[in-house]
Amino acid sequence: MPGYSGFRILTEGLRGNSGWKPAWRKAAPKPSYDVIVVGGGGHGLATAFYLASEHGITNVAVLERGLIGQGNTGRNTTIVRSNYMLPENNNFYEHSLKLWEGLEQSLNYNVMMSQRGVINLFHNEAQKNAALRRGNSMRLNGIDAEILDRDGVKAMCPIVDVDNGRYPVMGGLLQRRGGTARHDAVAWGFAHAADARGVDIVEHCEVTGMIIEGGAIQGVRTTRGEIRAPKVGLAVAGSTSTLTAMAGFDVPIETHLLQAFVSEGLKPLIDCVVTFGAGHFYVSQSDKGGLVFGGGLDGYPSYGQRGTLPTAEHVYSAGVSMIPALGRLRGLRSWAGVMDMTPDGSPYICKTPVQGLYMTAGWCYGGFKATPGSGWCHAWTIAKDAPHRLNAAHTLDRFREGRMLDERGNGPFFWAQ
Amino acid sequence: MLRIPCPHCGARDEVEFIYRGDATVTRPGPDGDVGAFHDYLYLRRNPRGWQVEWWQHNGGCRTFLKVLRHTVTHEVRAVATATETLEVPGA
Ligand SMILES: Cc1cc2nc3c(=O)[nH]c(=O)nc-3n(C[C@H](O)[C@H](O)[C@H](O)COP(=O)(O)OP(=O)(O)OC[C@H]3O[C@@H](n4cnc5c(N)ncnc54)[C@H](O)[C@@H]3O)c2cc1C
Ligand SMILES: [Zn+2]
Repeated sequence: MPGYSGFRILTEGLRGNSGWKPAWRKAAPKPSYDVIVVGGGGHGLATAFYLASEHGITNVAVLERGLIGQGNTGRNTTIVRSNYMLPENNNFYEHSLKLWEGLEQSLNYNVMMSQRGVINLFHNEAQKNAALRRGNSMRLNGIDAEILDRDGVKAMCPIVDVDNGRYPVMGGLLQRRGGTARHDAVAWGFAHAADARGVDIVEHCEVTGMIIEGGAIQGVRTTRGEIRAPKVGLAVAGSTSTLTAMAGFDVPIETHLLQAFVSEGLKPLIDCVVTFGAGHFYVSQSDKGGLVFGGGLDGYPSYGQRGTLPTAEHVYSAGVSMIPALGRLRGLRSWAGVMDMTPDGSPYICKTPVQGLYMTAGWCYGGFKATPGSGWCHAWTIAKDAPHRLNAAHTLDRFREGRMLDERGNGPFFWAQ
Repeated sequence: MLRIPCPHCGARDEVEFIYRGDATVTRPGPDGDVGAFHDYLYLRRNPRGWQVEWWQHNGGCRTFLKVLRHTVTHEVRAVATATETLEVPGA
């Protein structure tokens, strides 16, 4: 299949756009594979892509119960950044951000990666000290971070009410290399590139059971029959616990709701990503013109993919505190996704108690930015049956060993992370 | 909006309550080993269906309540005080 390019758009335009082919095949499942990846979100598709491109393992199926990219991949607010504090996390997320920076070339697909800058506002001395500490930790690991004062925030994002009577803005932690990407295109791009390397992307194929013999995985049962493989990787976001229950073990995960909102479209208003420090609110503007915003968890476990109004009210009122001009706008749509929350807020990319079964899970509300890094590390772990040093700390066993990766020090409360 | 019927205060909106975790895990005794405490603190069934949960009525009587709630429909089926037991349907 010829690749995508500016030249091709030109020639197709002259030929009535008759030469475009679907970006990936609709594959039917074969009886067996070398590796099965469960879940056709960004993480599952990225795992398959890196298995093929980095490790030469191309006899791979991605099994998706619905259509690819319609889980959290298509529901998130698309923020990409690597502004974490703990070295285990910031090294991993920085690796992921570097993969993002070259992703369009590696996939031959426009994922609309836009490094427009991410600012976390702070409003008091304690928050400022925490931001300085996190910024310094990033810089020690070679990651870009800057502290803006009030005037710096005002210059970069004039619409923010820096002199808010109740929560004046003292400044912000800025990562200029952070930004946003087009969520659907990320799923489609990984699907396109994985398919081009021989991976089967099987949609409408729900995994309903695990075939385990002598403590080792042999394959999975699905709504489209039994499929065998000596290695299976789980990348099912909020559904991880239901899949591990099929394999006979529990994991430190509770599934929670997170909502997102989009306003009516308007002219360019906000050209970076800004997060509020005095309430749960963050915002960016999509290329279509809608403001894309969100806040915190609804606060109780749910697989329902829909939130309730108290959280919506909080998000809207925090938004109007930060940017009073938003009060003139209408909300257009809102929706929710299911987050696999962990007791320390950090993910799992690891082996499991079942030989040959691997997982990338526990992404909480921050897994979109991790998509390439998660796929890359998951693929490595599957191919070598051992973690890469970047994900060596992200195990299921870390709590037993007292090695939590708790960025915020919130303790073992899934809903507080 | 969830409505939770508090046995002490009557039916109230979810904003008066805070979810406080899975109520089916029990704290091991003082002789429990690391494994038992690990499982109690960290491992969760996380069912897609009925779950018995702790909710604190912090905007009312402030007591901890057991609530039987469905994690897909969000239906609240039964509420009890902390010392009572709630059966999970079909369990
Ligand atoms: C409202 C919201 C806002 C967010 N904002 C951000 C953000 O700004 N930045 C950020 O970094 N992250 C964000 N996230 C988090 C991010 O979206 C997720 O962490 C990430 O997308 C999860 O990985 P995934 O892409 O593989 O998940 P998904 O796209 O959900 O993929 C999992 C797939 O597994 C499939 N599946 C489940 N069970 C089965 C089964 N039994 N058989 C077969 N297939 C199955 C599902 O259908 C689904 O397609 C947000 C999430 C939400 C909900
Ligand atoms: Zn009460």
